[in-house]
Order: sequence, then structure tokens, then C-alpha cells
Amino acid sequence: MSSRDRILGRVRRALADVPDGELPYEESVARAYAREHGERTTEQTVDLLAENLADYRAIVHRCAAADLPELLTRLLARRGARTVLVPPGLPPHWLAAADPVRVHDRAASTPHELDEVDSVVTGCAVAVAETGTIVLDGSPDQGRRRITLVPDHHVCVVRVPDQVVSCVPGALERLDPARPLTWISGPSATSDIELDRVEGVHGPRTLEVVLVSGE
Amino acid sequence: MSGGTFVGMPAFPEAAHEAVGNTTLRANLRHATHTIRDKRARAVAELDDWAELREAGRRIKDHTLRHLDHYLMRLEESVVRAGGTVHWAADADEANRIVTALVKATGESEVVKVKSMATQEIGLNEALEAEGIHAYETDLAELIVQLGHDRPSHILVPAIHRNRGEIRDIFAKEMADWGRPAPEGLTDSPAELAEAARLHLREKFLRAKVGISGANFMVAETGTLVVVESEGNGRMCLTLPETLISVVGIEKTIPTWRDLEVFLQTLPRSSTAERMNPYTSMWTGTTDAATADGPSTFHLVLLDNGRTDTLADEVGRQALRCIRCSACLNVCPVYERAGGHAYGSVYPGPIGAILSPQLRGTRSEIDASLPYASSLCGACYEVCPVAIDIPEVLVHLRERVVQGGEATRQGVKVTLKPAKGHAAERAAMRAAGLAFARPGALRAGQRIASRTRRFHPRMLPGPGRAWSATRDLPKVPAEPFRDWWQRTRGDRSGGTTEGNDA
Repeated sequence: MSSRDRILGRVRRALADVPDGELPYEESVARAYAREHGERTTEQTVDLLAENLADYRAIVHRCAAADLPELLTRLLARRGARTVLVPPGLPPHWLAAADPVRVHDRAASTPHELDEVDSVVTGCAVAVAETGTIVLDGSPDQGRRRITLVPDHHVCVVRVPDQVVSCVPGALERLDPARPLTWISGPSATSDIELDRVEGVHGPRTLEVVLVSGE
Repeated sequence: MSGGTFVGMPAFPEAAHEAVGNTTLRANLRHATHTIRDKRARAVAELDDWAELREAGRRIKDHTLRHLDHYLMRLEESVVRAGGTVHWAADADEANRIVTALVKATGESEVVKVKSMATQEIGLNEALEAEGIHAYETDLAELIVQLGHDRPSHILVPAIHRNRGEIRDIFAKEMADWGRPAPEGLTDSPAELAEAARLHLREKFLRAKVGISGANFMVAETGTLVVVESEGNGRMCLTLPETLISVVGIEKTIPTWRDLEVFLQTLPRSSTAERMNPYTSMWTGTTDAATADGPSTFHLVLLDNGRTDTLADEVGRQALRCIRCSACLNVCPVYERAGGHAYGSVYPGPIGAILSPQLRGTRSEIDASLPYASSLCGACYEVCPVAIDIPEVLVHLRERVVQGGEATRQGVKVTLKPAKGHAAERAAMRAAGLAFARPGALRAGQRIASRTRRFHPRMLPGPGRAWSATRDLPKVPAEPFRDWWQRTRGDRSGGTTEGNDA
């Protein structure tokens, strides 16, 4: 007998007490919980996102669409970035004014090559206000998961308010589970030493989020 | 450690006795558990629907467990459809053999690992080592444990028993043997220690071809696996290698994508007391060549190793709802004083006290003692985000240990004998029963006890020694109560006379 059959057989014998006519999944799971917590205007939801991102030590910037290229240029310059990773579908005008050398997101790049890059700029799929989370789904403006992981500086652009949802349920609804997904809430952190929070272990130690309106 | 048991581990009372005497350990644990329990309470208070989320989590997990065969087959189908390969492992040895063979097939001799309770439970690192494969733990706390030749003592923070000074010493002494040495003049500041770990591990991440992980959730509907973490080491291991092998307990299955909305709200707040943990990775099989995002080969090893036996117990089954948040450890007065090592398992604390004896059976001394590692105060039940009634299961398992009875071991129904260690307890209870049924004998015994009180030892002999080691024996009065009553009030009450008793 294969282990698959053995395990499934054990499961069925273990569940001999479960009656055949048990309630189906839809009826047995109560969803009396809230879809979002508290009532907010769209503007307040965006404010909450900014507040919660900052609370987890992400650096938050806000600007109008027209000012985005200039802001990104300034952020990269302030960081002293000489090279910047660019996902294939990043709107070209975002970095039109930036000086650093573009490094393109290619399947053939080795992790060592990515480790040499100073910064990465991406868009996002959705952002969750109540938890201060941005979610990347590998779309062309975000690129492969590793490009937002290996470089030490990640700048993520969130279009507000259309990419912002209040709560986790709203985010899951917008996402496609078939895509490789990364949820990011602040920069890499650890609390393993005496439960003191230290930012920056293996992921980017600096996360900057730009909330851009009217893009 | 092998097969998840800390070999040669004494029973809980002895191990706890030793731990309680270690003042550094107690101070480290007290600081850590109190810090996190206060933060957790604040994080939970932010959600006014916590009770409803908890109830939904309980129901989703219960429903899945009650139809686990259906959801496991659905999960398998979804993972395969998404390009993954599914393996089934009935026990630890089989899981270790499968993983070892998969690693060997890649031709690699080292792997990077995401912190995973399942692989700790089966002793995977030791099994790989025996086959010449080096497994590197990449979670900071697991790294501290691995470099310190130590054992994990907490589900979430395995090195919670170490303070910064001890960690500095471990890094300075051991890092060089495993790869990049610790920087010269390393101090004990947490930021510097984290930086040393970053540099040490980065060289391993960048060259790794095989990653090994567990998973927090597996979605049957979509075949999606979810890993929740903070440092980014998880993302490194899940993204950079060419081959990814995930070893996951069968109970981690949830039916639908939507169910994640419950657990992604309750797990981070219960475990690290955050609104959301810094990183969550979700992947569904492998991506196509055009996207080439992440490992090109994905293996899922579904692990039983005692879970179906646990499932067969109608009371104990609820332990499989556990999402490994560790909130129960942080509020437990016994854990806080005894520490994680005393539990003799990778699952310490209240959840370990009900999970380990069910996964492993209650034959060993340590497993038979674990249901007693509790004051039954109920704090663990209060904080559990999936409402596992831990005290109920503890009492149920105590009954099993003392009285024996029906249980399932490796899929077979067995009748357990009462555990050996409790023979004295049972003999004492039987003797007490006999004495109380015969008032004459009771009175004679009481009188003998009173008259010999000067000669009573301060410790019980034989099997009673363990009991009296931590308790004062009650003093026997100079005269039994009933004799005193007879002497002082006997005439007036008129009811109780020696003749009437006998």
C-alpha cells in the first residue's frame, strides 16, 4: 500500500464519528467578523495606510503624479544609489529624470549580480491600510520576487486611492492566488534577541513607500 | 534530538526542577514572555471583532479536520495542476528519506532552511547530516540555536532562553566553523548581532540551490502555500534556490483562498503582536518559464507522523487546529518558570503538553508526564486564536495516562495500559478508598498516626519522594479530630459514639 493510501485510510478511520450529513463548508463557517474596522472616508483610509506603514518604520512620502519623477530622483540621489533595478513594466517616465544606471530584471541574473545593485523601484498590486501592508504580485511593474529582496533599498510606488483597500479581506479579493505573492509590512525585522525589534536582517533594510495621487 | 524527541530527556518534573533553579533562564523568560503578552493584548484590542474572528478560525479548522481526506485530495490535485510534485510521508523516517533522496537527486550537498516546526519535529537536519548534506538554519533564532549546539525552547522565538551576552559569545566562538566568521570586536547590541547574522548567512543564500521550508497554511482550493515571517530569510529560501522542498503537516490545510482573511488577521497579532508580520510569501506550484519567478522545481511532502492518531481522538483532535502562534506559551505560568526545554519536545508550553503526547503516544516517561505540566489555570485557552480548549485536553490526557483506555497508534486501535509511573498513585487511592469505607480501620490508622508523629519523616519515602520534594508534608495533629470531639463534646452531642461508627 502506498503511503498516500495508508494516510488517507487512517484519516477516514479516525473520522468514523463524523456523520455523513454534516453541514457543508459554506454553512459550517460563521463569518460574523467585520470586513473592515471602523468607518473611514477614502482619504482617511489612505492616511491610515501612511500612519501604519510609518509605525513599522517604512519611510512614507506623498506626492502628486506630476511630481513623482522628481521625487524618485531625489530619493535615489539621497541614498547615493549608483545602480537601480527596474522591472520591465515600470512606467518609463517615473525614472526619466533619475541618474543611476538601470539594471534590468532578467531571469538569467544571478543572486550575486542582484546583490551588487543599490536600489530597486517598483509599483505594487494592492496596499492594506489597517495593517500597513503593500502586496506585490509579480506584475510587470513589480518584477520578480527576488529583485525586491536582495537589494538593500526598496522604493515602492502606491497609486492612491485606487490601489488601497481597508482590510485584509479586501486585499485577498483583489489578488490572484496563481501569481507569486509577497506581502510586505515595513522593512525586514527581527525580534529574536530579547524581543527587541531590530530593523534589517535579510531583506531590504530601508523601505520607502511613495503614495502618489492622480497617476 | 531525533524523531522529534529530545533523547534521554527526563520527565517534565525533573527537567522543570532544574530549569526553575536557573536564575538567568528565568529572568530571560520572564522578560520575554511579559513583553510579548502585553503587546499582544494591545494588538488584539485593536480589532473589535476578535471574538468573531476567533470563532471563524475555530470553525474553518474544525470543518477541515472533520473532512480532512477530502481536502487533502483536493490540495494534492491543485498542487499538481500548478506544477508541483506531492509526496506522502506516514512518519518521520519516511519524510526524512523522501527529502534526503530529493536533495541527493539535485547533486547538492547543502541546503538552506526556513524555520519550520515540522522539520524540527522529524529531526530532518540530523537525518540530512547523516547522509553528508549540510542544512543551514537561516532564521536568526534558529541560527543561534544551531550555532550553540542547543535545542529550541519556544515555538516562535526558539532562542528566547538566551540573552544578548550569551548570543554574542556563541557568534564569536562558532560562526567561523560554519562559514563567514563574526566581525572582530562584536558587541552584544542586538543591531550588531543581527548584522553579523546577515553577513554570515548572505553568502549561503546567494549560492544555495536547494531550499527547505514548512508552511503556515496550504489552500486546498488553489494549491497555494503560505509562509509568514519577519526577517526575509524565508523569502530568500523560497525565492533564490532552483529547488524548493516544503515539509508540511497534513493539518495545515485550509479549504479556500478566502479563509486566509481570518488567519492573516489572527496569526500575526497572536504571535508577534504585530498588525501584520513584515513578510508573507505565497506561492502556487511553480511559475512558467516565461516568468521564471522563484524555484523551477517544487516538492510538497505531506506529513502524518502521529497526526492521524491525534485526529482519531474526539477530544484531543482539536489540538490539530493549532496555527503555532505561541500565544499560549507566553501567558503560561508554568512555561514562564520551567522554560521550553523541560517539555522535551519541539512543541513546548501548553500546546506542547497536549500535542506531543498525542503525536508520540504516552509510553515514554516524558510524554506521560506532560499532561501534568499545567496548573489548569486556563490562560492558554483564553488567548488561543483558534479556541483550543487546552485544559480540557490536558484533563482528558491525564485520565488516559492514569487509567489507560482506547487510543490509536500508527493507525491501529490499541488499548493502553495505565502508565507505570502512576502505580503508587493508584495504590494510594485504592487504599484510601478501602479505609474510608471502613470507619473502624480509619480510626485505628488515625490513632497510630497521631501517636507516632514524633517519628514521621519530613520527606515521603519511595515513589512519594517526588511529590514531597516540592511540598511540605502536612503535620499530623496530636489527636485525631474525632477523638477530640468525643472527648470534649461527646456527652452533649449524644449522636456520635464509638459503637455507632463501627
